[in-house]
Amino acid sequence: MTQIIFYIFGAMLLLSATVVVVIKNPIHAALFLVLSFFSSAAVWLLLNAEFLAIVLVLVYVGAVMVLFLFVVMMLDINLATLREGFARYFPLGIIIALLLVIAMGMVVGSDYFSSDTYKQMSISATQSNTKLLGLAIYTDYLYQFEIAGAILLVAIIAAISLSMSKLKITKSTHANEQVLAKKEDRLRIVKMKSEEKKG
Amino acid sequence: MITLPEVLLLATLLFCISIAGIFLNRKNVLILLMCIELMLLSVNINFIAFSHFLGDIHGQVFVFFILTVAAAESAIGLAILVVMFRNRDTINVDELDSMKG
Repeated sequence: MTQIIFYIFGAMLLLSATVVVVIKNPIHAALFLVLSFFSSAAVWLLLNAEFLAIVLVLVYVGAVMVLFLFVVMMLDINLATLREGFARYFPLGIIIALLLVIAMGMVVGSDYFSSDTYKQMSISATQSNTKLLGLAIYTDYLYQFEIAGAILLVAIIAAISLSMSKLKITKSTHANEQVLAKKEDRLRIVKMKSEEKKG
Repeated sequence: MITLPEVLLLATLLFCISIAGIFLNRKNVLILLMCIELMLLSVNINFIAFSHFLGDIHGQVFVFFILTVAAAESAIGLAILVVMFRNRDTINVDELDSMKG
């Protein structure tokens, strides 16, 4: 039963990945990428990685793919010129992919990976996957976890500062202009006669 | 029951599809970014398969970090793409030759 479900979702993953690669419209490609993420999340569930399967759906489908779709819809791209070399490179791409499949298939299909070393199976059926993962991340991998947080912060700052428009819609201070400001720049002394009191 | 070679073969096929995608869509930066995401996904499937069949949680920790870095990478990549499109009005790789490299 598990194997049948695995085959169904595996076939769905490969089919949707193929469609992502060959389809014309980038919006459809992004939507099929969502489908392939969903089916690989199902495969991860079958392999007892529940937390990561949920994270894949939440982070990838929920955030990254929405970002992709936003960018696709924002850019007014000319599809015809982008598809020019498709037919020309099709045979080359297929040949290289087939060679890679054969080479890597000989490695992963060998008797080594079907030996008894890899039959141990699931980490623990009794303990929750999230708890085990959390224990590993917050003890053995604490520094790496902090670095991952720093990388995300840098990514946020970089993405915002790159894509912020050049139009001055935001107000900001200019420290050197403030320091270099002199009294003459700001203050104007006007000489005038004192007015007489009327009446 | 799922066996390890089956999962590894699935990841291999996914990786090769995305390699072929990079060859076929070599003009469209957007599809190239999507192909990179698919490659990272196949690497993650390998990690999770080994984590499952060796009974070791550390493979899943690696997947966690790969997901983090991949999210950061695609965010920055898309931001660069938007800036590029704003400056050059194209995302065609062939037209990005102002450096004469």
